[in-house]
Amino acid sequence: MSPPLTPLDPLIVLEDVHAFYGKSHVLHGVSLTVGPGEVVGLLGRNGVGKSTTLKAIMGLVPASRGRVLFGGRPITGLPAHRVARLGIAYVPEDRRIFRLLTVMENLRTGLDRQGVDEAKRKRLIDKVLEYFPVLGERRNQAGGTLSGGEQQMLAIARAMMLEPKIVLLDEPTEGLMPRMVSQIGTIIEVLHREGVAILLVEQNVPLTLASSRRVYFMEKGTVRHHAAAADLEVGDAVIHQYLGV
Amino acid sequence: MPSSISTWGSSVVETVWSFLSGLPWDVIAIQTINGIVTGMILALVASGLTLIFGIMDVVNFAHGELFMLGAYIGVVVLAASGNFWVALVVAVLTVALIGAALQIATLRPLVGRDPLTTILATFGISLVLQNYALWHFGPVARKIQEPFTGQFALFYLQYPWYRLLIALLSAIIIGGLWAFLKYGTYGIWIRATTQDRVMAQAMGIPVPWVHTMVFAIGAGMAAASGVLFGPLVGVSHTMGLDWVLKAFIVVVVGGMGNLGGSIAAAIFISLLEAYASIFVSPAQAVIVSFVALILTLLFRPTGLFVPTPK
Amino acid sequence: MTAAGLVDDPSSAGTGRGGTSAAPLLSTAALTVRFGGLAALNGVDFEVRRGEIRAVIGPNGAGKSTFFNCLTGVIRPTAGRIVFNGEDITGLPPNRISQKGIARSYQITNILPNATTLENVRIAAQSRRHAWSMLRHHADFRDLMDRSEAVLASVGLVDKAHELAANLSHGEQRNLEIGIALATEPTLLCLDEPTAGMSAAETHDTMELVRRIAEDLTILIVEHDMHVVMELAHRITVLHYGEMLAEGTPAEIQENPRVQEVYLKT
Repeated sequence: MSPPLTPLDPLIVLEDVHAFYGKSHVLHGVSLTVGPGEVVGLLGRNGVGKSTTLKAIMGLVPASRGRVLFGGRPITGLPAHRVARLGIAYVPEDRRIFRLLTVMENLRTGLDRQGVDEAKRKRLIDKVLEYFPVLGERRNQAGGTLSGGEQQMLAIARAMMLEPKIVLLDEPTEGLMPRMVSQIGTIIEVLHREGVAILLVEQNVPLTLASSRRVYFMEKGTVRHHAAAADLEVGDAVIHQYLGV
Repeated sequence: MPSSISTWGSSVVETVWSFLSGLPWDVIAIQTINGIVTGMILALVASGLTLIFGIMDVVNFAHGELFMLGAYIGVVVLAASGNFWVALVVAVLTVALIGAALQIATLRPLVGRDPLTTILATFGISLVLQNYALWHFGPVARKIQEPFTGQFALFYLQYPWYRLLIALLSAIIIGGLWAFLKYGTYGIWIRATTQDRVMAQAMGIPVPWVHTMVFAIGAGMAAASGVLFGPLVGVSHTMGLDWVLKAFIVVVVGGMGNLGGSIAAAIFISLLEAYASIFVSPAQAVIVSFVALILTLLFRPTGLFVPTPK
Repeated sequence: MTAAGLVDDPSSAGTGRGGTSAAPLLSTAALTVRFGGLAALNGVDFEVRRGEIRAVIGPNGAGKSTFFNCLTGVIRPTAGRIVFNGEDITGLPPNRISQKGIARSYQITNILPNATTLENVRIAAQSRRHAWSMLRHHADFRDLMDRSEAVLASVGLVDKAHELAANLSHGEQRNLEIGIALATEPTLLCLDEPTAGMSAAETHDTMELVRRIAEDLTILIVEHDMHVVMELAHRITVLHYGEMLAEGTPAEIQENPRVQEVYLKT
């Protein structure tokens, strides 16, 4: 078993990050890295702190201890809108698209920022509609009227409008029909080809092993294990230990 | 058989007709127009209030004072420039800036705290502004001269054109707000932030600034109402009190955070009061607003003009 | 009670480990909860015997919370029955269910922050004894005080008895939560994710606590921490999309391929 190759020049570094929800100590010191353009999986059962880890990177949950570094710069404590503009996009667990805004308006929320002129806007929108033609069909429909799978696509497309260097994907296959799961796999592949790094939080083991280069396993608020995806198989003991029963 | 029905039917028609023709139609028509005029101004005040509540859950008790401040600035600028329209614009911009400054200084630090703290803060601001106005301008009511006098004959009255202008201008301003929210860049920011503050932040929208912007817009709209309505009442340091109470009733009846609802509610309540004033004195007519408020809270607490929540 | 008597004697009073009395303490028949078109619970037939520690597990959306909410009267089931101690309790409101002897601890702590630990427990205990007595001072009720102190002892908070509940650590607050449920003298205790947000050390302490109080109680526990589940439970029920997927001893569940599939999404 070859040791996992942690990137020499990482894009994101978490150093012993602790976080609380009120008095509940949810993250007990999380450390992990993601390299530029790398797809990294974060696996673990419910309640171990995977979503909270993403929120801590995004600045939506304050880190009580530890640091988050982006491109070498500490971003711990920055408000979420600054983190987003630095190039980190967040696709939350329940999608959270803006239900009363149309598909186009949802996309626009990511486009109204500095350095995006009319031409670039058009390019970005056209590109994402190429990947998700169904969004083009529903461009003037309110977000809340889309199906679960379409909302997931919109959530990812919206994140891509930020031209992020990394996308934090929280359980994208949650609640989706099985045939949509493979679509998610394709989308991850597409993002990867675009050079976007992905930190993929999931409970779906086959998808994660297929898409990621390295995988972290979390339990009780910390990272307990780390391996190259190529060295792992679904039936492995370590998978059962951290995800199974 | 048919003949007995037709005689019964025609006597019903006769009764109804005699009732209807006995009504004071000229008074009703005048009151309808008055109701709409007042309603539009109220809508202008209330829409700022409901916008602020909808986006940041702040109950702005200082809203009436921003209205009053706008009116006073109108007085001052009118005296200096002699031009009503200049006074209007300057008052709106100044109060918008003051509103933004107030929000940054007093409300931003309170984000995330118990809602009671923001209520106390805005209430405190209202006291400060009222007493400042009293101290600076004195207790005697001031007058704003309307930009043109001139009346037209409406039944038995000479009805001022200015009143119609107020309604029109309010409609234009509210229409502008609606268009801004629907099509403008910052309009999308505001709508996204109202729906999901957290995701708006995650999309790079600077939510604290959006809050400030909305507060400034609300303040500006209140100021505009103050200047426009100034000629009809006097400008005094307590003029905000009546209005803020009515505006809150409108916001609750229309549905908190619901812009269209508060406009509909403003006109609805003003019409109710206007019609009630036909039969009782205007001071007593105010009771209907409170009745509407109580009924709304009892039966449709989310707002009369809001579709029933599932 | 000898070890042999604990396990095999069918006529024992039913407080032995693994459950020995004939009729189940709690059972559900075809329990169904629909929210609009969605069936959060779909025809669940469930039984737990006296003295058992039963864990209820399942992936996201399995219906565990809904199940607990039904049992404790927070939600009315759309169809089906719940029978407790031979009595049909379907649709009863939470206060009645509490009086029948089912207590629940919550994920979000429900303790009174401005009262002391002892007071929190005493107030809960009062709901069972002397609830309507308004003229005597609470300290006059010796049995009440004894009971409260006993509860504090079993949840390990005796030395924090006079500490304000708000000043307790998170783990201590969660244990107080269990204490409050215990103070109502339940027959069935439902624990909702008792170790959520706890460190490994606190989790261990809570597991010890549950083992201690399990002596004369029947316990239902919803948990995500598999270690806790495997160590504590006599039997495990696995829910999936509102239906019962599997039931058995920890060893049986671990070897069940269907359960593994569902958890690993293979």
